[in-house]
Amino acid sequence: MLSRKVTSHGQDSSYFLGWQEYEKNPFDPIHNPSGIIQMGLAENQLSFDLLESWIEENQESNWYRKQGGSVFRELALFQDYHGLPEFKKVLAEYMSEIRGNKVKFDVDKLVLTAGSTSANEILMFCLAEPGEAFLIPTPYYPGFDRDLKWRTGVEIIPIHTSSSNNFTITKPSLQEAFQRAQTLKLKVKGLFLTNPSNPLGTALSLQELHLLLSFSLSHSLHIVSDEIYTATASFPTPSFTETLSRLLPDPLHPAWSRLHVVSSLSKDLGLPGFRIGAIYSHNVELVAAATKMSSFGLVSSQSQFLLSRILADKGFIRGYARENRRRLGRRRGVMRAGLREAGLRCLRGEAGLFCWVDMRGAMGPGPASFEAEAELWRRMVMEFGVNVAPGKSCHCSEPGWFRVCFANVAEETLREALRRIKAVVADAGVRR
Amino acid sequence: MTLSKKATCNSHGQDSSYFLGWEEYEKNPYDQLHNPNGIIQMGLAENQLSFDLLESWLAANPDAASFKRDGQSIFRELALFQDYHGLPAFKNAMVKFMSEIRGNKVKFNPNKLVLTAGATSANETLIFCLANPGEAVLLPTPYYPGFDRDLKWRTGVEIVPIHCTSSNGFRITGPALEEAYQTAQKRNLKVKGVLVTNPSNPLGITLTRTELDLLVDFIDQKGIHLISDEIYSGTVFDSPSFVSIMEVLINRNYINTDVWDRVHIVYSLSKDLGLPGFRVGAIYSNDDMVVAAATKMSSFGLVSSQTQYLLSAMLSDDKFAPNYVVENQKRLKDRHAMLVRGLKAIGISCLKSNAGLFCWVDMRHLLTANTFQAEIDLWKKIVYEVGLNISPGSSCHCHEPGWFRVCFANMSEDTLNRAVQRMKAFVETARAGFSQNQTRSGSRRKAFTKWVFRLSFQDRDGRER
Repeated sequence: MLSRKVTSHGQDSSYFLGWQEYEKNPFDPIHNPSGIIQMGLAENQLSFDLLESWIEENQESNWYRKQGGSVFRELALFQDYHGLPEFKKVLAEYMSEIRGNKVKFDVDKLVLTAGSTSANEILMFCLAEPGEAFLIPTPYYPGFDRDLKWRTGVEIIPIHTSSSNNFTITKPSLQEAFQRAQTLKLKVKGLFLTNPSNPLGTALSLQELHLLLSFSLSHSLHIVSDEIYTATASFPTPSFTETLSRLLPDPLHPAWSRLHVVSSLSKDLGLPGFRIGAIYSHNVELVAAATKMSSFGLVSSQSQFLLSRILADKGFIRGYARENRRRLGRRRGVMRAGLREAGLRCLRGEAGLFCWVDMRGAMGPGPASFEAEAELWRRMVMEFGVNVAPGKSCHCSEPGWFRVCFANVAEETLREALRRIKAVVADAGVRR
Repeated sequence: MTLSKKATCNSHGQDSSYFLGWEEYEKNPYDQLHNPNGIIQMGLAENQLSFDLLESWLAANPDAASFKRDGQSIFRELALFQDYHGLPAFKNAMVKFMSEIRGNKVKFNPNKLVLTAGATSANETLIFCLANPGEAVLLPTPYYPGFDRDLKWRTGVEIVPIHCTSSNGFRITGPALEEAYQTAQKRNLKVKGVLVTNPSNPLGITLTRTELDLLVDFIDQKGIHLISDEIYSGTVFDSPSFVSIMEVLINRNYINTDVWDRVHIVYSLSKDLGLPGFRVGAIYSNDDMVVAAATKMSSFGLVSSQTQYLLSAMLSDDKFAPNYVVENQKRLKDRHAMLVRGLKAIGISCLKSNAGLFCWVDMRHLLTANTFQAEIDLWKKIVYEVGLNISPGSSCHCHEPGWFRVCFANMSEDTLNRAVQRMKAFVETARAGFSQNQTRSGSRRKAFTKWVFRLSFQDRDGRER
């Protein structure tokens, strides 16, 4: 006699199943060289050495303030959902820094949450009733089916994009999604964007930003901009906030109360284990409600304190951001070159921890279909030992595209994975 | 476009006096040196008595907080660890600790433990798993005010009270359980379970075997769940010793029955170890589906891996954890005795209690009338004139006016003495027949502000009911 939610989590997609197969037989260059290489996890493991040496050099950061004196007791007791002030201050500054200082963030509009997973769910709880809907461009992060819908009862309507125009959002596709919602009698409350995109690895163009902003204005919709991959981009790209500041500089315009940004330290700093996320909004009521809701997923004060010390070290963090970008850019290059060699193209994107790869040619004879995609994916995982995320799990509307991550393995392992992918393609050619 | 109902309503329950008293304290907090006339915080159930023990362990074990294991850095491993199954070493340490607290009479399986960001998250998650919107859980009164938010707000589940009264020491009775169930039926609410806090907040008492037996029989008969929030289990400082619901089930041969699968425990390190800031909570259930669903739901409130690692080292230290529990309980016992004695000397009695970080204080004789309005009036006097933030029973949904929860473990001995002295002065002047004490500042302006506040507060009261 359990609730209905117990079985409706949305976690049966191949995204999670591939993960499980990897867990059973994980690649290790020495101990299990024929195991499965995990290319399905969007983690940033490239710059740990920088953080590790910072920690080594700043041992006293564990419990001590800069001016000496233990803060253990204070931290142990600190459960104020307004967040540790010294942490919020430097987090707001960091968020500004990684946006080229083109946007200023106000600590009073910032709500800390246990990761962006928590932030996204809280926003849905605050912005929509059960049964109402948000429009999301495909392809999108598979976890959203759980994070945005599961406990909130909110519906997701996809805005379909296609390879014909490099998966960019068009006015017709927006309108079509909106119409579909009307037909299904679902009230649309807002648009949910991930910018830069997961799984595409691209940032929204100015054109798309304008399109989405004007659409949301004409229908009075909220915009949730999940910007957790901001610092993985090779160069700063325009954001909703920046674009809206140019279009509607008056901070009292209602559009400002409908723009909400989600941030996290999981992707750029590579710290998903510490559960540090945030909601940023100009909507005072929303900030108040989200703050109270964050009670269900507060950030450990121990982690808030550690990060407050790291982010306060401006010299370090600037250097880190620069070097991290450089390493990611280089890795992206290695990935692209390897895919090219395998005869594969990928979407040209300068952000994210992955490439969006066109494997339509490797799907075997016959018309393109999701069955063929699933079969290709199965073979990639089970026969060639590479776990990637098939486009279907990201709700891509056309079969044959895969998200392949490049920042969560050593370079040598990446090269091995690319060799295997080349073998997959060659094998598909033979099968033809 | 407006926000959702959840965002704009006040069913987060945060307009209750429990939170308001907190706000008043924040405006004028007592400090021994800098603000000796400020409000003393006695409304916060925190355990601040044993930090020295934790601090000396930390000083002796610096690696645990430095991301090191056996001298090697494991920073990378921890930074990446976001597996909602939890750090195995930490779960093992948690079940060991939970077992120790129960005198090793119960053994817990780490695979049935789900880690959550505090008991706040654990309780909400369990309700999401066990009940659909519009269904109900029964809770004995008085109960922790935060439950109105934690159990109901985003879940859409209702709470129906099981009324407990001073006539029998606020014990849960068969008739009270049945009455609550009938009340729910009349309101067309399907009852999915009972949630008890054991030891109780705000009563500070452990449930007796009789009560536990009653609960088991009740949920067996009705085919419903039982959630046992045992976050205060490590704070039992006096006899009778803590009896966990699991122990009762084992003794009555309920293992592997469907009742066994319908009993779920909530735990946390916030009260026993005094670490609310680190957000460490857990759900324990014998039902695999509940464990599976709760594990996925914990994605919305995982425990920081940095914290999991630190505490796994601390709790698995056999030289530390058991000794900590014993010493901590001893200090709680002494502190509790101090408050009880101090109040007794001024004619105020407390419910006889053996656990928790607070006393359930009987101030019925200080009420001007046997009404909740009189209770709120008394509460306001105590906050503003006496300068003590305590929690009125009405904020805990107590069925009878005049009871207050007074915390004793979140301040120094000195401060506790001072608080008792202030109550003494208040009681003596009250006894001397003054209908209203002199205000602390003695100014007419302050009296005017109070009068205005009292009026506006009445409006809030109307809304709360």
